[in-house]
Amino acid sequence: MSDAIIADVQKSHLRTDLPVIHVGDTVDVHVKIIEGEKSRIQVFQGVVLKKQNGGLEETFTVRRIVANEGVERTFPMHSPRIDKVDIIRRGDARRAKLYYLRDRVGKKRRLRDRRRGLETVAKQEAAQQAAAK
Amino acid sequence: MSKAILGRKVGMTRIYDEQGNNVPVTVVQAGPCFVSQVKTAETDGYDAVQLAFEDLKARHSTYPLIGHDAKAGIAPKRFRREVRLEDGGAAAYEAGQEINVESFADVKFCDVIGTSKGKGFQGPMKRHGFAGQEASHGVERKHRSPGSIGGRSSNLGTGKPKKGIRMGGHMGAEQVTVRSLKVIGIDKDKNLLLIQGPVPGPKQGLLYVREATRLYKGKAKIAKAG
Repeated sequence: MSDAIIADVQKSHLRTDLPVIHVGDTVDVHVKIIEGEKSRIQVFQGVVLKKQNGGLEETFTVRRIVANEGVERTFPMHSPRIDKVDIIRRGDARRAKLYYLRDRVGKKRRLRDRRRGLETVAKQEAAQQAAAK
Repeated sequence: MSKAILGRKVGMTRIYDEQGNNVPVTVVQAGPCFVSQVKTAETDGYDAVQLAFEDLKARHSTYPLIGHDAKAGIAPKRFRREVRLEDGGAAAYEAGQEINVESFADVKFCDVIGTSKGKGFQGPMKRHGFAGQEASHGVERKHRSPGSIGGRSSNLGTGKPKKGIRMGGHMGAEQVTVRSLKVIGIDKDKNLLLIQGPVPGPKQGLLYVREATRLYKGKAKIAKAG
């Protein structure tokens, strides 16, 4: 019962304008950075390594390589600080957490393009758009 | 009167404010409460109202309590708490009157009183924050013990340690008041009260929420600005 009440409280704060993000996707995350009065937007591009938690507390972790050094950043999915997320590529991930990418170097780091379950992705996107309206 | 209401803790979640900050929030199922008794200076020597909260089946109540509630014209309730009023303050209330979260619509800060989670029998380190003994240097089997509880002179004549010496014992499951918590919002339809930060007790625990009685300077300013 209490979970239902909490889900209801969260409902109005959930974002429906973001695209459906899957583990393995290459994404551009546009983050609002507020410095005093001014705010600007910074883009963080990389592979979605994992998604955690659920509801309003859902987060996703993006990994990219900066100056030959792996950098991982975790974003709260429903934070207003995220301006938008662009999906660059849908990667084929066979597990929920792509920790093995941390040990990969060079070309092996890349994931194959997603071919399986594309209908499911399309369905989820349609559902998301319906929810946004 | 200081505004007050009874409720049950639902649990915690988070909310994002206008700046995009992450605000931790406790959700409280607050009320609706009913006035089950009005006490006045003539009849009881002081002014107060008794709030009753949460319906229960009559067979789970007792005849005296059913009668007490029926006198105010309300169904049997599970919890009752008294709210003390200023002299003459009881005139504004009548038995059977409903009090719900709407009374908290313009409240900025609140105090929450609840019963903390029971921790069972705990040692002095957890219970009183003692430092314990060293991990080595000859300490054997006494790493978490309290140390000395007084020598011959302090215990002279009694043969017992002084009263009030802090030792291990039962911890938690006691009344705790958390003061000056920010009220984030209310939900009139669902009788929900959103309070910033944690409050005492387990989920489903009974809470007494009242308008903050004393505020720090900074918070008082915010509350006054409305």
